[in-house]
Formats: sequence, C-alpha cells, structure tokens
Amino acid sequence: MVSLTLPKRIADRDWIKEIEELSGENLFACYQCGKCSAGCPLAFAMDLLPHQVIRLLQLELVNEVLNSSAPWFCVGCLTCATRCPKGVDLAKVMEAIRTLLLREGKEERRPFPLPTEIMTEAPQQASVSAFRKLSL
Amino acid sequence: MRIPYYPGCTLHQKASGLDRSARVTAAALGIELVELPQWQCCGGLIPQIREAYMGLLAPARILVDAQKEGDRLLTLCTFCYNTLKRADRILRDDPESRRRIEDFLEEKYYGVRVVHLLEVLRDEVGWDSVRQQVVRPLDWKVAPYYGCLLLRPYKEIGLDDPEDPTIMEDFLRCLGCTVVNFPAKTECCGSFLSVTKPELAKECSRQIVQKAAQTGAQVIVTTCPLCQFNLDRFQGDGPTSDGRYRSVPILYFTQPLAFALGLDEGVFFPDQHRVSPQRLFSSPTKEGRA
Repeated sequence: MVSLTLPKRIADRDWIKEIEELSGENLFACYQCGKCSAGCPLAFAMDLLPHQVIRLLQLELVNEVLNSSAPWFCVGCLTCATRCPKGVDLAKVMEAIRTLLLREGKEERRPFPLPTEIMTEAPQQASVSAFRKLSL
Repeated sequence: MRIPYYPGCTLHQKASGLDRSARVTAAALGIELVELPQWQCCGGLIPQIREAYMGLLAPARILVDAQKEGDRLLTLCTFCYNTLKRADRILRDDPESRRRIEDFLEEKYYGVRVVHLLEVLRDEVGWDSVRQQVVRPLDWKVAPYYGCLLLRPYKEIGLDDPEDPTIMEDFLRCLGCTVVNFPAKTECCGSFLSVTKPELAKECSRQIVQKAAQTGAQVIVTTCPLCQFNLDRFQGDGPTSDGRYRSVPILYFTQPLAFALGLDEGVFFPDQHRVSPQRLFSSPTKEGRA
C-alpha cells in the first residue's frame, strides 16, 4: 500500500496575489497616510490598525495579517473606503482575508455560544449579517 | 402613487414599529406601499469580494420577483436598501454575474430601481409638500443619525454626500424640528457585532449617544433597525464612568413624521424602546430646549 499525505497549506502560496484577486484592490496603491485607521470605528479593538494590515501585506509579512484580529472586527462600514485618497477599499481586502482564512478552515468557523438575551432582542438583520460574515 | 415595497425580515418582526409608521405616513402622503406578494431575507450584507455568487442569489431573487411588480422597489431597512441596491448594480454592470444568476434562477433580470422612503419624500413628494401637510410642528431638538450603510459606498448608493449628508436634516426641518450639528452622524454603531462581540458594539454606540447628548439633542432619529437597537439597548446598561452620560431616546424617522402629520397610529411603540421617548409625544409644542 502506498500512502500519500497532502500538505494542508502550500508554503509558497502567493497570498498577496490571492487577496488582490479576490478583493479586486491594488494593495500597493496604499501610501500609508493612515486615514483609514484614524476613522475606523473598530480600530480600538484591533491588534493591527487597518493601515498596518496593508503595510504588512506590502512587505509580504502574511502570517502577521492572517493571525490578526483586525479582519474579524471589520464590519464593513466603509468609512475607510470613503476616505481613502488612493481609492483602496479596505473592507474588500478584509473580506478577502477572512474568506481565505475560512477556506483554510480556521477556528472562527467553529460554533461558539451567543448571549441568549441578545439573540432574543437583537433585530434579525444583526444575526443574519454576523453569520454571513462567518460563512463562505 | 403605488410603489412595490420590500419590508425585509426585521421589519416584519422586531422592527415592526418602522414598518407600521412608514405604511401609515406614506399613505397619509399619498404613497401606497404594496408589499411584494412573496419575498425572503436579502442576506443582510452584499458580498464584497469577487465571484461570491452564492451571496448574490438572495438579493437577486428578490429583485427578479420585484421587477414583475414595477420598475422600482421601496425599502426602509438600511441593510436591505444597501444590499438590494448594490446587488442591482452588480447584476447590471457585471455580465458574468448576471449570466450565472439568471441561469440559476432560470429568469431574466432587466433591472429594478431600489429606492428608500427618504429618497421618495425628497425627490417625488418634495419637502415643500411634506411641510405643508404638517399639522403639528415639532419643537424638538434632534440629532439625525445616518450610520454607515445608508450612504456608503457613495458610488453605488448615491443617496447623499457620504461624509456630510443633509437629507435627514432637511426632512426634520420640514417637521419643524431644530437639527443639531451632530459630528457622529455618519459613524458606525458597531453593526452586527452586537451579536458576536456585544462589548464592542456597546462602546461604538456609547460614543455616538454621548456625542448626541453633548449637543443637547432630545432625541436621535435614524432609519436603521440595527442602529436603533444598538444605540438604544446599550443605554439600558447604566451610566458611564466619566459622568457625562445622559440617555437619549432613539426614534425611526417615520415616527416623528407620523406625529407631525397628526396621525394617531405609527407614533409610539412602547415595547420597542429601552429609553422611552414618551415625553416627546406628550406635549410637543411646550417641550423645552434641553
């Protein structure tokens, strides 16, 4: 019998190219003015600021970005995209990162408990949108 | 004027106040909202990445059904408005997306103009006409709150300036309200994080309510059921440590409209507020400036 083990993740995968293709955004257009981070309503909760996410990707430091909480806290309010002087839609970049991670089967897909009182009171659109963000 | 109407999941249940008040005010202003004969959830958010056809299906199905009822579709919920309007744009502009969706649904899509009630009031009814029909001018000091998805992305939504909108200000002035200069009017309330990370949505909402309180506003007016929930709910958790907290009730834009038009219905929904707006409705003309 011949056994064959396939690698779960191909090491030399071109994450930058995949993120650019999925998002349709040019990561290298960003010149690090920081407007996105200044306006981001969730930046206070992120371990990387939005403009740092782009900078790390430009430098091909992909692991820092893939392990960051920033893409999971982005709600897509588009404040950054509205203000970016170079027209980069960072919400699309964040969604591309999330999608690639979900395709990899990262932890965020596992079921987790939700507060009952929120679920009974919150509008349906909140749970629909929250789970949409966590689905492929 | 008859306009096909898509309520969406939230308006049929937890935000029934918005649905109710919109129907009665629209009727009073000569607009008949005709609910689509069949509809389902729009999916809440439009996929932002390319080739996410699955996420496009739900809004596309609604649009395909809506085009049988007329050339436009009215929505009230900000999420539905954003999702349906952007889905229509994708289906019109991207032939590959349209081909795949049409093949799957086995129906052709010709395009539906997605409109918001605010837009219809501005562009078709007209502010002057609204003003003339006000029988009970409101002496309220109001902070208009737009949130994120009603305005952005501007290129696809195009309702008003995404950074300094005035449509809600113009609307509220028609009703007699004094509109405060509210710097947080386009900030995000934390959106659906109220489900997965409630403490973050609470912090976002707290900052918005606090800024409104500092302007002296008696009430915040919004269009979105989720903004209404986030801003309202987290005020129930008690005062903030910095002592600058003052609770501010949150109303849908259709509620002051119903009140100003002198309607008995669609004004006040006691079970949908943590911070009660009742005081505003008790003596509108004597209500002092805070």
